[in-house]
Amino acid sequence: MAQNKLIVSLSPHDHAKDSVSKIMFGVVIAMIPALLVSVYFFGLDAIRVNLIAIAACIFFEWIIQKFLLKGEVTITDGSAIVTGMLLAFNVPSNLPWWIIVIGAIVSIGVGKMSFGGLGNNPFNPALVGRVFLLISFPVQMTSWPKVQVLNFAMTDAQTGATPLAIVKEGIKNGESFSSIINNLPTSYSDMFFGQMGGSLGEISAIALIIGGLYMLYRKIITWHIPVSIIATVAIFTGILYGINPDKYADPLFHLLTGGLMLGAIFMATDMVTSPMTSKGMIIYGVGIGVITVLIRVWGAYPEGVSFAILIMNAFTPLINYYIKPKRFGEIVKK
Amino acid sequence: MAKKESTFLNMTFTLFVVTAISALALASVYNLTKEPIENVKKQNLQNAIGVVVPDAKKGNFDDFEQINVKSSDGIGDITMYKVVVDNDFKGMAVKTFTMKGFGGMISVMVGFTPDGTIIDSDVLEHKETPGLGDKTSKNVSSWNEQFKGKNPAQFKLVVKKDGGDVDAITAATISSRAYCDALKRAYDTYMNYISANGQNSIENNVEPKDGGNK
Amino acid sequence: MNNWKNFTKGFIKENPVFVLVLGMCPTLGVTTSAINGLGMGLATTFVLLGSNVVISLVKNFIPNKVRIPAFIVIIASFVTIIDLSMAAYVPDLYKSLGLFIPLIVVNCIVLGRAEAFASKNTILSSAIDGLGMGLGFTFALTLLGSVRELLGAYSLFGHKFISTDGILVFVLAPGAFLGLAYLIAIMKRINK
Repeated sequence: MAQNKLIVSLSPHDHAKDSVSKIMFGVVIAMIPALLVSVYFFGLDAIRVNLIAIAACIFFEWIIQKFLLKGEVTITDGSAIVTGMLLAFNVPSNLPWWIIVIGAIVSIGVGKMSFGGLGNNPFNPALVGRVFLLISFPVQMTSWPKVQVLNFAMTDAQTGATPLAIVKEGIKNGESFSSIINNLPTSYSDMFFGQMGGSLGEISAIALIIGGLYMLYRKIITWHIPVSIIATVAIFTGILYGINPDKYADPLFHLLTGGLMLGAIFMATDMVTSPMTSKGMIIYGVGIGVITVLIRVWGAYPEGVSFAILIMNAFTPLINYYIKPKRFGEIVKK
Repeated sequence: MAKKESTFLNMTFTLFVVTAISALALASVYNLTKEPIENVKKQNLQNAIGVVVPDAKKGNFDDFEQINVKSSDGIGDITMYKVVVDNDFKGMAVKTFTMKGFGGMISVMVGFTPDGTIIDSDVLEHKETPGLGDKTSKNVSSWNEQFKGKNPAQFKLVVKKDGGDVDAITAATISSRAYCDALKRAYDTYMNYISANGQNSIENNVEPKDGGNK
Repeated sequence: MNNWKNFTKGFIKENPVFVLVLGMCPTLGVTTSAINGLGMGLATTFVLLGSNVVISLVKNFIPNKVRIPAFIVIIASFVTIIDLSMAAYVPDLYKSLGLFIPLIVVNCIVLGRAEAFASKNTILSSAIDGLGMGLGFTFALTLLGSVRELLGAYSLFGHKFISTDGILVFVLAPGAFLGLAYLIAIMKRINK
C-alpha cells in the first residue's frame, strides 16, 4: 500500500472539517426521528432489531478486519453503525434474531469487506443484506406486524400486508384502486405519520423528511438524488394514474408507502455508491425512480426501491465515467 | 506418422467416416436403451397413478383405459386413466396442467372417485421456486394433503385470500392459485366427460379392454 | 510430465472450474445439490475420457481444416450415449439434471482438452488428462453443490440436518454466483 501514501490530485485543494466519522454520526442523528417513530408504533421490538443489527455489524467488521484481513480495525468510524441501522430500518420489526445476524454477515462480509472495505464497495451494504434476506427468507421478511401505538408488551403482534401489497393484490384481482383505498384501514395522513404496516424504519414519511432536511443542513447530502427520485416516481405514476385511475395507484400513494422515502433519502444517497457530479446524481435518481415504478406496477414484488437502488449502484461507475466534472480552467465547449 | 493433408477428398472422406462410425455407435446404444427408457416412463406414470388412486396398485396397469380429451376450457389436452380393478371402477386418474405457475406450466396428476371427490393429487412437473412454490409437491411438503377427500362441488378450489376454501402456501400464493387452477380444470373436464358419456360410462361396462387405445 | 502429475493437476493447480474458469454453464446451473454436482461431474468425466482417448487415437487421420467438426461429432456421440444411458438407468438423476446433459457438448472443457491436449499427446497421457480433468471438474461441482445444499436446504446428499427451509438464495441462481466466487477466492489462497 506504499504507493497510496502519496496522493497527487489537481488543484484547487479544498479543506473541509469533515471526516468519515463526523459524516457517519451525522447520518445516525438524522435517523433518530424515524427510529423514535418506529419505537412508537412497534414498541421495544424496534429497539431490539436495531441493537442486534448494529452489534452484529460492528462485531463482524471487527472479526473480518482483525483476523481475516489482518489489517487496521476501523470500527470506530461509525460506518458499521450506519449499515446496521439501515439494515434494521429495512426489515420487519418481528424478525428473528438469527436472521438479523445473517443479514449483518452478508451486509458487512459480502456487501462491504469482500470489495475491500468502506469506499470500495459498489453496492450499498445494508441493501445487499436486505435483498439477500428478502430472497432467502421470503416468509419471515414479508410478515409485517400490525402497528400498535406505544405497546411495550413483547407479545406476538398480528401480522398483515403492507398497503402496497394490498393494492397490488387487489388490482390484480380486478378491483378498482379507489375501492381498495377506501377499504384500507390507513388513511393518507396515517401513512404520512407512519401508521401502516411495513419495515421498521420506512413507515413514517415525515420523520424521514426531517432527517433528510437535517442532512441537507449539515451538507451530508445534496438535494439532487432524493428530489430526482421522488419527482420521477411522482411524474411516472401520475401519468399512469392519468391514463387509468382504476388500474394504477395515485402518485401520493406511491410516495407515502413502501420504502421510497427511506430509500431516496438514506439509501440512494450513500456517498460511496452514488455518482459524484450533480448531473450524474440526477440521472441516477431518475433511473431509480423509473425502475421502482416498473417493479411496483408490473413486477413480481410489490416493492422495488431496494432493487432499483442496487441496479443503479451498478451503473454508478459508468455514470461517473461519462459525466465528469469540468476541470479547473478547462474551456467550456460552445 | 504425418498428419493427413487437408485436400478436399481427404476432408470429405474423414468426415464421412467419423459420422458413419458415430451413427453406428449411437444406433446400437439407442437400441440397447430403448426398452429401459420406455420402462422408466411407464413406471413413472404408474407410480403417479398409484399415488392419486392408491387402489391402482392392486390392478394391472396395462388394463387401464386411456382417454384423451380437450380440457374444459379448450386450451390444452388432458389425459385420463380409468382405474379398473377386478371389474370394479376405482377412480379416474386425470393428468392435468396449469399455465399460471410462477415458473410457467405445472403438470398435476389428480385422482377422482366416480362422484368427483378428490382422492389425492400431486405435482408431476414444475418449475416453481425451491422452498416456496415447490411445496405444492408431495415430496417437499404435505400442503396438498388438504385436498384429500374434498369434493370441488362443495369445496371451493380457490385460495382463502380470494374467497375460497384453500389454505395458500405462505409467500407462494401464485403457486397455490396455480395448483387450484389445475385441479379445477381436471374436475371440470372430468365432469364434462361424465355428462357427455353418462354415469354408466364409468361405473358399468367395465370389462377389461384389450389394451385400450394406448 | 509424469503421469501422476498429469493426473493430479486437474484437482487444484489447473482445476477447470476454480482456476481455468471453464464450463461455467453447468457449474452454475446444476449445482443446487451435492448429488446433482456429482452426477453432472461424472457424466462430464465419462465424455472427457471417451473423447480424449478417441481423439488422440484418430488425431493423425483427421485433416487440420476439419478437425473441429470431427471433434465435435465425436464429443456429441459420447454425450448422446451418456444421455441415453442415464435416461435408462438413473432416471431420477436424469430428471433433475435435465437439459444440462445434452449441453455437455458445448462445455468448453471438453473441446478445450481435445484441442489443447488430446490432439497433441499419446493415448495414455490423453486418457490420464481426461480422467484427471473430469474428476477435478467433479470435485469442483460436488464441492459447490454441497455448499449450496448445506446452506440452501440444510442438508447434504439428501440428508436433512435441520427440518426448516434453508437460506433459499443459495439454491437459486444468485447463490451459485456467490458460492462460486467465495470458493474461487479460497482456492486462490490455497494455490498461493
